Amino acid sequence: MEYAIVFLPLIGSIFSGFFGNKFGEKLCQFLTSSLVSISAILSFFIFYDVYVNNYSSNKLIFNWISSGDFYVNWSIFIDPLTSVMLVVVSLVSSIIHFYSIGYMSHDPHKARFMSYLSLFTFSMLTLVTADNFLQLFFGWEGVGLCSYLLIGFWYKKPSANAAAIKAFIVNRVGDFGFAIGIFLIFFFYGTVNYNEVFQQTPSVIQKEVIFLGIEFNLITLICLLLFIGAMGKSAQILLHTWLPDAMEGPTPVSALIHAATMVTAGVFLVIRCSPIFEYSQVALNVVAIVGMITAFFAATVALVQNDIKKIVAYSTCSQLGYMFFAAGIGAYHIAIFHLFTHAFFKALLFLGSGCVIHSFNEEQNIQSMGGVWKKIPYTYSLMVIGTLALTGFPFLSGYYSKDAIIEFAYLKGSTIGYYAAGIGIVTALLTAIYSWRLIFKTFHGKYNNKDISLSSIHESPLIMILPSCVLAIGAILTGFLFKEMFIGHDNSQFWNSSILFLQSIQHEHPPIWLLVITPLIVIVAIPVSYYLFVINEKILKNFILRNQFIYNFLLNKWYFDELYNFIFVEPLKKIGLFFWRKGDINTIDRYGPDGLAKLVKTISNKAVNFQSGYLYHYAFVMLVGFSILLTYLILY
Amino acid sequence: MIEIGLGHYLTLAAIIFSIGIFGIFLNRKNVIIILMSIELILLAVNINLVSFSIYLQNLVGQIFTMFILTVAAAEAAVGLAIIVIYYKNKGSIHVENISSLKG
Repeated sequence: MEYAIVFLPLIGSIFSGFFGNKFGEKLCQFLTSSLVSISAILSFFIFYDVYVNNYSSNKLIFNWISSGDFYVNWSIFIDPLTSVMLVVVSLVSSIIHFYSIGYMSHDPHKARFMSYLSLFTFSMLTLVTADNFLQLFFGWEGVGLCSYLLIGFWYKKPSANAAAIKAFIVNRVGDFGFAIGIFLIFFFYGTVNYNEVFQQTPSVIQKEVIFLGIEFNLITLICLLLFIGAMGKSAQILLHTWLPDAMEGPTPVSALIHAATMVTAGVFLVIRCSPIFEYSQVALNVVAIVGMITAFFAATVALVQNDIKKIVAYSTCSQLGYMFFAAGIGAYHIAIFHLFTHAFFKALLFLGSGCVIHSFNEEQNIQSMGGVWKKIPYTYSLMVIGTLALTGFPFLSGYYSKDAIIEFAYLKGSTIGYYAAGIGIVTALLTAIYSWRLIFKTFHGKYNNKDISLSSIHESPLIMILPSCVLAIGAILTGFLFKEMFIGHDNSQFWNSSILFLQSIQHEHPPIWLLVITPLIVIVAIPVSYYLFVINEKILKNFILRNQFIYNFLLNKWYFDELYNFIFVEPLKKIGLFFWRKGDINTIDRYGPDGLAKLVKTISNKAVNFQSGYLYHYAFVMLVGFSILLTYLILY
Repeated sequence: MIEIGLGHYLTLAAIIFSIGIFGIFLNRKNVIIILMSIELILLAVNINLVSFSIYLQNLVGQIFTMFILTVAAAEAAVGLAIIVIYYKNKGSIHVENISSLKG
């Protein structure tokens, strides 16, 4: 069963990638979708098994590396954490496979697209089922590759290619840290298998190492390096710049990779390594602080963006920040719960945005939409459900997970906990505002599009609506259904040993005002945003005019891209140009290949002059030669 | 009175030979002159043969000379025929104009 879950998507991918042209795209779409669906159904069985019977296993595929005392296996490791990820990945992936059939119906390369999607699913599944860091790294790079391929899927668009390369390069920065982390683990532990590493961790807490001339605690150093990898993959601040640009890819890709699964791999890594992170308060604090800054930063930027997908992308970034600071304050189980619910509602929001974009004929600017909620009621209701769940409207999924994070942070009692709770509440407010701004600008108010007539706006086909409905059900119910299991009183029975808590979890009840404040803010934000974005837009316009600086600061994403351009891209470009012009063209080429070619040409030109064509020249040369030869023979 | 010996004959042959050679590549006018120069070189060789034949008291050299003269006559005929045909085709036998060997 475990083998089938992991390898069915790979089979689909290989078939569709290599034989897609032969057997036609219809078959490919059907095959890949159904194989991934089977894998999703099997994942549910595993999940059920884990929940009811505390099932866990470690199935060997084969030995990967065996060199001296270094051995690494390919294997499928099932524990509660993995089973949750399996469900998230395969379920969302299968839904998106079906959705893509509709969304990509006008695209000439359907088979290639399906192949990439399935390959991505396979990589992600190997990532979550790894039982050692090396296999995790394999999956990590595999999803990175698929992300690159899918962002650049429309390879005729220069912006898509640039975005794909940017995503790849920014991830390299993170992966570099991650790789060094793995090296360190191997160097000091002599193994990269989770179990052995986690068992040995308590015995090396005191160890100090010197890294880059600074003395670090070993555990802290390893955790920080692993976290750098997680920051790259999960688009945390400083390494987040690739995520908004990644929206150049097709929308199903954004939903699958850049909302539900791949970007959560970083969170998964931190939670998976909880037995290491728990021993380093410094690293946990760093995780929490980076998460908080990201949550707040991304939410502020999302407030003013105009591209529908970029708003959702920044929202993803912000929610990932939530997950990280949840993990940073030790609430791993809540972080994974938020990951779980977030996968549903964020994928739903992306699919909804995809439907909107589809209806508007590839228009993505929310300023040129509006007033169409009656024309596309299904899309509208899907988006509203997604938004309610995202903002944490009471009794939808986001409510349970997000409030749990804030409550846990408050109960934690430490300075960082209070800060986290505060940031959580503020960000929840910002989230509500930008989400409702998106809804109101897109569906309410006046119709603003000059290029497309209102009557030509059409509802998306059933193949796109139905999969989104599944996600909508998930977005409504998962919070309620899985709350007890993930974060309830007896959650440790479910999580078993897959998550380590050094301190026992507080089960006190938070003060009543804390329980009420977030939902209250979220509910109040709805009419307020309606007033600001639909009824009376002048207030906001005046506000923007008066605060031009802040507005531009946010609109330009805190000038991160400009800053990176200035610090990294431009100097690198200059160095590159220098080496290219001076080093390569003026030195190596000039004296190397070009110089030799020139020399040969000059000599041959001389030789051509020799061939005058006049008979007496030839005769002369012949005689001279003959006499020289003769002289030589006579003399010697 | 100077006794005319082998040395003189050889000198004469060498002079004629040199005139022939210089005739080939100093001449800028006419292909026929080249042909004549070749003939001169040939005669110089003949003189050598005859002189050595007398000097060594051996008739073979003179017999060879007879053969060479015959062949030279045939060769001159062929050469002249080529020049005639060439003139018919190109309208000129000026050495300056003959450079079709040049690539």
